Amino acid sequence: MALDILYFAWVRERVGLGAERLDVPAGIVTPLDLAHWLAARGGGYAEAFADPTRLRCALDQDIVPLTADLANAAEIAFFPPVTGG
Amino acid sequence: MISVRVQPEDFDVGAELAALEGQGGGAVASFTGVVRADDGVEAMTLEHYPGMTEKALTALADEAKVRWPLCGVTVLHRVGMLRAGDRIVFVGTASDHRAAALEACAFLIDRLKTDAPFWKKEHRSKGDSWVEARATDDAAARSWD
Repeated sequence: MALDILYFAWVRERVGLGAERLDVPAGIVTPLDLAHWLAARGGGYAEAFADPTRLRCALDQDIVPLTADLANAAEIAFFPPVTGG
Repeated sequence: MISVRVQPEDFDVGAELAALEGQGGGAVASFTGVVRADDGVEAMTLEHYPGMTEKALTALADEAKVRWPLCGVTVLHRVGMLRAGDRIVFVGTASDHRAAALEACAFLIDRLKTDAPFWKKEHRSKGDSWVEARATDDAAARSWD
């Protein structure tokens, strides 16, 4: 399944890029599964995804829990808790 | 009228208030956020999620209009590099009476802080650091549930 994956703030800095399209294996069902799979890529990914409890995510631009169903999402974003205002 | 804008440029608070005053209500309330020089902060960079940001802010404005009888809502947030003392955010509401305008304005800024995808990186002479989310902001946002 091809998925556009976006990274923001320190997640983007650690991964080293802002967005990429990856083919995600069939066993990846939730954003949390995806976070563990990305961490296993090592390097900056391992640093960014070492502790998924520090991350938030959005599926097709809606904030969802890390345990949500990826279903047929086209875009997922990982980022730290937001700090605007 | 709902106006949502995300922009690097500064904004004119007087012009924004005048636009809300022209919506026919009897009450206009607003909040302006300014970059604080906390602990040696000289500047900060505001990062956001283009597309989702506008969608999230519009959803908040829509929710405010459902909860209060508003004739105008303006939500303006700057992005990019801002210096201490710069305006960063503006929320304005117009309604027939003050309670709706004031409450809706507080709702919008409280929920903006937890629901809109912005991230602040602070720049100090001793280095840069990402701002951590605060539990008090989460509590303020939840108080409107």
